[in-house]
Amino acid sequence: MSVEQVVGLYNYWIVIFLMMTGFYIVIARQNMIKSVIGLNIFQTSVFLLYITMGKVNGGTAPIIPPRLANGHGANGHGNLPEHGEHGEYVSQAEHVTAPVHEAVIETSEHAQSIAEEVLSPLGEIAQQADLSSQVDAIIYSNPMPSVLMLTAIVVGIATTSLALALIVRIREDYGTIEEDKILELDRDS
Amino acid sequence: MESHLPILLIALPLLAAPLCVLIGNRKVAYVVALTVSWCVFGMSIALIGAVSADGPLRYNIGDWAPPYGIEYVVDELSGFVMLFVSALGAIVLTYAPHSIDKEIPRSKHYLFYATYLLCLTGLLGMCVTGDLFNVFVFLEISSLSTYALISLGRSRRAPLAAFQYLILGSVGATFILIGIGLVYQMTGTLNMADIASRLPVDHGPRTVLVAFAFLTIGLFIKMAVFPVHTWLPNAYTYAPSVVTCFIAATATKVSVYALIRIVFSIFTREFAFEVLPLDTALMVMALVGIFAASTAAIYQDNVKRLLAYSSIAQIGYMLLGISMANQAGLTAGIVHMFNHALIKGGLFMVVGCFALRIGSVQLTDWRGAGRTMPWTSFAWAIGGLALIGVPLTAGFVSKWLLLTAAFDSHHWSVAVLMLLSSLLALVYVWRVVETLYFAEPSEKAKQAIEAPLGMLLPMYTVILATLVFGVWTVYSADFAARAASLLLGGTQ
Repeated sequence: MSVEQVVGLYNYWIVIFLMMTGFYIVIARQNMIKSVIGLNIFQTSVFLLYITMGKVNGGTAPIIPPRLANGHGANGHGNLPEHGEHGEYVSQAEHVTAPVHEAVIETSEHAQSIAEEVLSPLGEIAQQADLSSQVDAIIYSNPMPSVLMLTAIVVGIATTSLALALIVRIREDYGTIEEDKILELDRDS
Repeated sequence: MESHLPILLIALPLLAAPLCVLIGNRKVAYVVALTVSWCVFGMSIALIGAVSADGPLRYNIGDWAPPYGIEYVVDELSGFVMLFVSALGAIVLTYAPHSIDKEIPRSKHYLFYATYLLCLTGLLGMCVTGDLFNVFVFLEISSLSTYALISLGRSRRAPLAAFQYLILGSVGATFILIGIGLVYQMTGTLNMADIASRLPVDHGPRTVLVAFAFLTIGLFIKMAVFPVHTWLPNAYTYAPSVVTCFIAATATKVSVYALIRIVFSIFTREFAFEVLPLDTALMVMALVGIFAASTAAIYQDNVKRLLAYSSIAQIGYMLLGISMANQAGLTAGIVHMFNHALIKGGLFMVVGCFALRIGSVQLTDWRGAGRTMPWTSFAWAIGGLALIGVPLTAGFVSKWLLLTAAFDSHHWSVAVLMLLSSLLALVYVWRVVETLYFAEPSEKAKQAIEAPLGMLLPMYTVILATLVFGVWTVYSADFAARAASLLLGGTQ
């Protein structure tokens, strides 16, 4: 592994660092609030892991530019990026999107064949085919992992709030939130 | 109508839960929850009927074709698990009112029913979903509601037990999430069938190995396999009796189901047992777990804790069956999920009756209760025999299949160890029986009266079911055998 590769994977180093930090805090801290914070860091590292894997080299946010969207919406094409040699993520994304992508190509061929048959002024149809190829030329990042993480963030919030609610009750009953002191209190009683 | 059953099964309890909160009246909320849980049970029966007639059911949510949309799959295995989870869910809720009246403040009852339904939703969702990320979501729905349910216990240790479970459970769930992420990175899909067809398992890259490790370790935590079982004894001990009944009967089994699904349907048996030595690892952990937990159970004075340790040991039997990875072993693992759900559900119901009438789950307070509470005590005796695995009980069916599997795969020492471990179960079950029938009655036991009929009936339904399914195995062992042969690629 060359230095460039090591540096190039910097997202993953950050993920691993955060993951281990969070995990260590969960294991090593007696204070319950700190455990919860550790758990949060641990979960956040996973969010980063997912978001990192969704990024496609040179890819932009998966939104069709408004300029193209206006002319494009009418012909009902899928709005999928053209995939080229953009690293491993693209090849995976291609798996998912391949069938739809083929459909797009078919439809635009279809549009062209109609245009040739009719031999009428090609204007509008050609323009649409042109637009769809423009849309296809844009590289998009994979939105899927980010969407998954929205769910995971909600789960994380629920976990944290439930944990904090439990800590409030524990503090009401024991008067402390240090786990070792609580265990001592339980042994004495 | 029938075609929409898989989603209704999830949507109904999921929507009924906030309804219970909105109603805010404990009696109406109970009626809603009870109706919904029995409806869910009815739907499970209808689904399993459809599956055995026409083969696996696939349902695309929102009519989005997989792998783009989420797919629900009901096949033999998931239908089987779904069936007993919904059955126990309905029966335990029927049993619940008297017990929670005593153990949970009345003002919180409607919240209890709402959380209970959410937990049921999560568990059923894990069974029917065919989407890996969906498994994580439903796992968290069931886990979060379980933490909340456990914290309802009367003792001040209940919130602490819930908190400890929350920390460990969330770590486990996050491990699963990491595993799912790495699988997605390798395959670009979350649909289980789709993943299975794309995963390079023969000499796949290290990412696949790491993903598999994270997924299995995460599930081990959720199912309380021996070295990572530490959350379970406290959680079961301090939760309200009804909650213990429900989660002991269902929660850990659904995690075992998820493990079977991931190992056999996604990563394939060759990968887990031939490329990786998961069989040896599982077998060692299972055996050590069975002996350590059974021995710990013998020394417990708190009966709930005794049964909690016994649960850890029983999970070991299920894993033992899975680890042998042959037809008989896998059948034993699957059918033991069902049998153990009945047995442990029934026994914890017995504990709930004693807790109601004697007001304690300490063994010393139960002395001589066999005289004042004969029906409840007799139920313990039957359930205990099933737990040991005496012939004519459901426990025997699982143990017999396990023994067959051990002989089939020439694991003689495993067979001997299994028989020895049954002796340990005999010791801890007998200790309670002896206390109930042959000890001088304690003050509390003398004043106790028999548990109300509303609790005895559901309890005996479950206890007698352990006897029925010990003799009549068409819908337990035979069904599990079919599920197992499908998982093993239909070779037998």
